[in-house]
Amino acid sequence: MIPDMTAPLLEVRDLRKWFDGPRPGLFRKRAVVKAVDGVSFDIRHGEVLSLVGESGSGKSTVGRTVLRLARPTAGQIRFAGDDITSLSRDALRPFRQKMQLVFQDPYASLNPKMTVEDIVGAPLEIHAPELSAAARRQRVAETLALVGLLPSHAARYPHEFSGGQRQRLGIARALIMQPQLLIADEPVSALDVSIQAQVVNLLLELKERLGLTILFISHDLAVVGHISDRIAVMYLGRLVEVAPTRALFTMPRHPYTEALLSAVPIPDPTIQRERIMLAGDMPSPLDPPSGCSFRTRCRYALPACAGAVPALREVAPGHLKACIRDDLHLVAPTGLDA
Amino acid sequence: MTQAPARPAAGEDDVLEVRGLNISFHTPAGEIPAVRDVSFRVRRGETLALVGESGSGKSVTSLGILRLTPKPPFCSISGQVLLRGRDGTMRDLVALPEAEMRGVRGRDAAMIFQEPMTSLNPVHRVGDQIAESIRFHEGLSRRAALGKAADLLDLVGIPDARRRLGAFPHEMSGGMRQRVMIAMALACEPRLLIADEPTTALDVTIQAQILDLLRRLQERTRMAVIFITHNLGVVAEIADRVMVMYTGRVVEQAAVRPLFRAPLMPYTRGLLRSVPRLDFAGLGREKLAAIPGTVPDPLEPPPGCSFGPRCGAFLPGSCDTAIPPLQEALPGHQVRCVRWSALTGEAA
Repeated sequence: MIPDMTAPLLEVRDLRKWFDGPRPGLFRKRAVVKAVDGVSFDIRHGEVLSLVGESGSGKSTVGRTVLRLARPTAGQIRFAGDDITSLSRDALRPFRQKMQLVFQDPYASLNPKMTVEDIVGAPLEIHAPELSAAARRQRVAETLALVGLLPSHAARYPHEFSGGQRQRLGIARALIMQPQLLIADEPVSALDVSIQAQVVNLLLELKERLGLTILFISHDLAVVGHISDRIAVMYLGRLVEVAPTRALFTMPRHPYTEALLSAVPIPDPTIQRERIMLAGDMPSPLDPPSGCSFRTRCRYALPACAGAVPALREVAPGHLKACIRDDLHLVAPTGLDA
Repeated sequence: MTQAPARPAAGEDDVLEVRGLNISFHTPAGEIPAVRDVSFRVRRGETLALVGESGSGKSVTSLGILRLTPKPPFCSISGQVLLRGRDGTMRDLVALPEAEMRGVRGRDAAMIFQEPMTSLNPVHRVGDQIAESIRFHEGLSRRAALGKAADLLDLVGIPDARRRLGAFPHEMSGGMRQRVMIAMALACEPRLLIADEPTTALDVTIQAQILDLLRRLQERTRMAVIFITHNLGVVAEIADRVMVMYTGRVVEQAAVRPLFRAPLMPYTRGLLRSVPRLDFAGLGREKLAAIPGTVPDPLEPPPGCSFGPRCGAFLPGSCDTAIPPLQEALPGHQVRCVRWSALTGEAA
């Protein structure tokens, strides 16, 4: 059956992932870290949705929870229409083939004692144990070719590869089960600039060839701007803005997005711009501000912002924001003003 | 060796002059030439950005300046590193005995690193860590040194500085820890600050704060800054001059504007093109102009220009015969490429 391409492949509703925080005192109640606190989004078939935010925003936890590597505290995750929120380990197995993760650090995520064939072929052992050794070798060789490596690389060990090649191995391991959804958590952040571009090109090429849907998690707005169809901006466990890429870059609607875009250094020394300097750090997730959690660093904050958590609502077609101020005229980085 | 461009004598304003610096690591697999024939100078109040990818030698160069590279027989260093001291004279740090070197580090020249958590001592309060250097170099009492430490924390924008003296590094955020590192580095008012990827581990909004802080401090103290980074956006923002390194050699050096406007070395062009442009965001996914291949193995360098195997302008017979000399292509603009003038014609 041909899947309905207009229906979302992944639907996330009001996802929450809370962790136990440190105990403030022997007889005091343990604090709760709301790493993800009510996040909802869809990803359509063949779409690249990026989740951006700074460290501690909860973007990686969203990725891990969607994959069910962490059990959600509340909310719902639907994959191709099936609710996978509370499936058991065994019941999850068929879904695990269809959604795969690419990690950030190509040095730490590959076992140094395993050959490339064992690393890339590992998912086959679990999901297709019936394959013969020859058939498995064939699948590994095909997958290596897909990511621009040679069949002869199969007998080598990770240390024989450069950073960029290792990330190709990580991508090959994720692709060998022919997944529909790829969750890439900072896949190019650890790579050198020239290699970063190679891996970004590879991901986009694979997306076209294999019809992949990608959840791309990153803090690098330049890469995100290049790779995504839509972008979701996270701050302290919640989404503050979701928009098509061009709209987000040219007409940011949330003050945090505006500040984030303004902070990206542009490789052009002739550009003179007024930078929006955010004061201080992100507040502790153990003790988040009431109401809008960005209000403590927001230059547009009003007393009303401390009241209730602002809802994420649609303010233009496909453009959502969680901010009570509709009277703002936010600025885009130089050269991007619509 | 290669012919270095003619060089005027060190000017009054020069804080640092590096001449023909070579640094090699001696490993069981063979000698690794990490830095080769590197020469440059930094003036008072100037920021020189050192750009390159992993293995380019940019960090080793900076460690070599302060003689923080491993001791012989694991590592050898030659050439001259002339640093202006408090008395105004230029001293060669390569020739200085280790005991005297200790008086230079932290006083005449200081350094900050990428990861403030690993550079700060986790079991000492930040106040004492800042005061340590002040007491060592200036012989102040603990009390007086702590007073100065509080002023420094205030200077680098840490709120409630006096109370924060008693904090441990783990009680602070990454941005705050980097501010503490900067306070420590500035404690003895060095003439030269070496900043090795100081914002790479930080979030962009915090990076913006730290860059702004460094800029303001430099305006105030007129210190010379060597800023090591792989982020070309940061370079454009902070540098007066840029030195691009590849496999241990300087391949291009120029003032920041000409370097970004008209880079002469194909490697620099490649680097600039491989960064996705913010103003094109969401306008379709053209392939990024990646530089093909990877940095060569330092134990088996290719013949001739080390960028040759990855270079789109590679010409057999001219690029693979000898290591190209660093030439003064335009006034103040040096490039290590035998084809630069031919390529500039093509590009125009």
